[in-house]
Amino acid sequence: MKKWTRRTFIGAGTVAGGGFLLGVAGFTFAPNRYSLVSADAAEKGQLTTWITVTPDNIVTILIPHCEMGQGTPTALAMMAAEELEADWPLVRVQEAPALDAYANGYIVRAAGGNYVPAVLGRGVDYGAYKLAEWFGFQVTGGSTAVRSTGEYGMRVAGAAAKSMLLAAAANQWRVNVAECVAKGSRVTHAASGRSATFGELARAAATQPVPTSPALKSADRFTIRRTSPTRLDIPSKVDGSATYAIDFTTPGMLYAALEMAPVHGGKLVSVDATPAEAMPGVKKVVKLEEAVAVVADSFWRARRALAALKPEFSDAGHGDVSTASIFAAFDQALGAPPEVPKNAAKVVTADYRAPFLAHATMSPMVCTAKVEGDRAQVWTGVQDPLNARSVAAKAIGIPAENVQVTNFLLGGGFGRGLPFNFDYVDLGARVAKAMSPFPVKTIWTRENDIQHDYYRGAALSRHAGALDANGKPLAAHSNYTGGGNGEAVFMPYAIAAKNAKEKKAPHAIRLGQWRSVLNSQHGFFKESFIDEMAHAAGQDPFEFRRGLLGDQPRFKAALEKAAAMSNWGTPLPPGEGRGIAICESFGTIAAEVVHVAVSPEGRLKVLNIYAAVDCGDVVNMDSATAQVEGGITFALSAALLSEINISQGRVVEKNFRDYPMIHIADVPTITTAFLRSDAPLGGLGEPGVPPLAPALVNAIHAATGIRVRQLPIRNTSLKKA
Amino acid sequence: MAITMIVNGKEQSLDVEPDMPLLWALRETLGLTGTKFGCGISACGACTVHLNGRAVRSCTLPISAANGQHVTTIEGLAQDGALHTVQQAWVAHQVPQCGYCQSGVIMAVAGLLAQIPNPTDDEIDAGLTNICRCGTFARMRAAIHEAAESRPAKAKGTAS
Repeated sequence: MKKWTRRTFIGAGTVAGGGFLLGVAGFTFAPNRYSLVSADAAEKGQLTTWITVTPDNIVTILIPHCEMGQGTPTALAMMAAEELEADWPLVRVQEAPALDAYANGYIVRAAGGNYVPAVLGRGVDYGAYKLAEWFGFQVTGGSTAVRSTGEYGMRVAGAAAKSMLLAAAANQWRVNVAECVAKGSRVTHAASGRSATFGELARAAATQPVPTSPALKSADRFTIRRTSPTRLDIPSKVDGSATYAIDFTTPGMLYAALEMAPVHGGKLVSVDATPAEAMPGVKKVVKLEEAVAVVADSFWRARRALAALKPEFSDAGHGDVSTASIFAAFDQALGAPPEVPKNAAKVVTADYRAPFLAHATMSPMVCTAKVEGDRAQVWTGVQDPLNARSVAAKAIGIPAENVQVTNFLLGGGFGRGLPFNFDYVDLGARVAKAMSPFPVKTIWTRENDIQHDYYRGAALSRHAGALDANGKPLAAHSNYTGGGNGEAVFMPYAIAAKNAKEKKAPHAIRLGQWRSVLNSQHGFFKESFIDEMAHAAGQDPFEFRRGLLGDQPRFKAALEKAAAMSNWGTPLPPGEGRGIAICESFGTIAAEVVHVAVSPEGRLKVLNIYAAVDCGDVVNMDSATAQVEGGITFALSAALLSEINISQGRVVEKNFRDYPMIHIADVPTITTAFLRSDAPLGGLGEPGVPPLAPALVNAIHAATGIRVRQLPIRNTSLKKA
Repeated sequence: MAITMIVNGKEQSLDVEPDMPLLWALRETLGLTGTKFGCGISACGACTVHLNGRAVRSCTLPISAANGQHVTTIEGLAQDGALHTVQQAWVAHQVPQCGYCQSGVIMAVAGLLAQIPNPTDDEIDAGLTNICRCGTFARMRAAIHEAAESRPAKAKGTAS
């Protein structure tokens, strides 16, 4: 299993008006995590937590993660408030950039003297950006916020603050601290009948010694966690007041529309700017190395003028690349199926194919920037503001500390806003540099977004398995292209020989992380194949899996739960079927059952989906459920409909007409149950995704006998032969 | 060209080209940024507003078509400080995740309920074709039914 290491530093101080402020820097290091966590992360760390208690008895918690719909700020605040014994209605959440009020004049003392976050020139810099030199990334990804920031930051900070408030009260009342109790944002001493609010004690608490390893509550004493307080961001998302990067405005702002080289890596060869320059509202045609931008006084005018241009781009030598050529290379790299034992009674072989996918976040990419001399401001929506700042600074050619980045709510993330995917910040910054000193908002069209993504990689996986005469599996091997890692290819089943080997077949398509990353392909491959093994063995797919999970009690429990929820094994009408799949990702085990109906004409209807999830423990029950539902629905849309194709080196699909998404009509009831285990907290943003596609194709097989081995499913006829 | 519209109950005059989509006039000229740009081809519904009480996709609707008409955006859906029943149900069911599509979804649902006060699941399926990438559809359905039930028996159309 993955080994997590952690260290924590705590510092405390005062804020103007007699408030108490406490910060925790902790960091986590996951050796097998993909490249988001750099190899030297353990030395760099990541600032995780900041709590203030003000005289009005309000507890404010700074959240160093972005909100992209996953409910992280609420969950993190719950974890801090739980340990602090705060009264939940008196808890507020602030995002880092809103901390200007605290910018100057407080002192942070280091616990043990070995750590002073002396980075607090301005609150804004502290919160999001200036930490770069010390703390590396400030990323929201890898389903990590709750299990790293929450576990090692929020809880420790809450417990430390409580301990200091208790000490302050005991000191003030000259009583034994062990007799004081913190509850509901108040400290009481029952024997003397004395009581004070956290706010009243804040000033004194700030002068107390900072505990280095405060005791944390045991789970059986939780009163805030495991409940479902309403998410703090929701009211603003029903009345139009929530602000995303596309909503930002600043005086004098201009708008830019872009056309980039259609083949990634291509350059702008030539463009006659004249037709656009003559159009109303146009300020300038900006020629960039790999793109042309029209800057105008409205986005619509910019876009209209851009359409009048006929730029020529080079193709970087990739003009002959196609989906077919990429898969032909995959096929060649894989060669013969893996070898299986010679004494097998039965051999099963199968190829599975997964397409390129775009993220298609609801909000297209947006970056507003203003460059004045050697300073710049950037307003955007990213999953890592620190890295975005570096990208903008490099694009403009100024030092990173001269760039101030303001991050907004993300209109969807799914991996598109992760570090190394910041072409929209790069391009936006360069357009603004060309228009200096005017601020310019560069908005990507949906066509820009779908055609210039960092795609989920296409992959081909070639499997061979062997069964003995009793249907017991002897081997389940695979060779695959398109990337993989230990977590993604891991099969929990007790099969003596199970090797998964990557074969390299590089191509020119730009890749990135897509919700659940490599698990999104490998979940489909391995859980489809084990289903085929079960059928070859003549066994029920659920019972077959269960029989191989004797050594894996968490997997077994989740599998059994999902099966029970779905009434697995009870008879269904003709044309209906159930499929099951189970995957571990990001420390969470998710088992899903999909129930489908397929008409004789081959029309597929998903009737029910059941999910049993073991993420250790759950912080916010309702938003945890929402994350599972969301992951399942996201995966369902992709499994049914989504593929990005390449022709002449460029992406074929352009918008939601040819890269369609499911609608409400396609989404069945989703029933989610959480299993509580003593495992460390697992992630929840992603683990709902991987089991969905295999459970769905397994259900289609159960309903029709047709085995779908390539996604999306719409490419395979489900009509009875 | 001078365009006059009643936007959220207030008369607005704009000097814009007649073929400018209503979306951009609302967002950039009037500063009503709750209405979102998602696709520009009327495929996703993030830009849904009400034109004379009926849900329309504003990203392809030329503003000339709104001249002299009543336009309601998400900012104008609440009346007298009280959230619309759809908005209330959206909070009760904690529907939004990233939230970007939800202004358009809420306007589409409010428009649907103005036409069909108590829709069946099939009517919801046929009447709501907005895209949500976070996957909040299952909650939307529950919230729509709740909003429908909480409306007065003689529900009237949304304010326009």
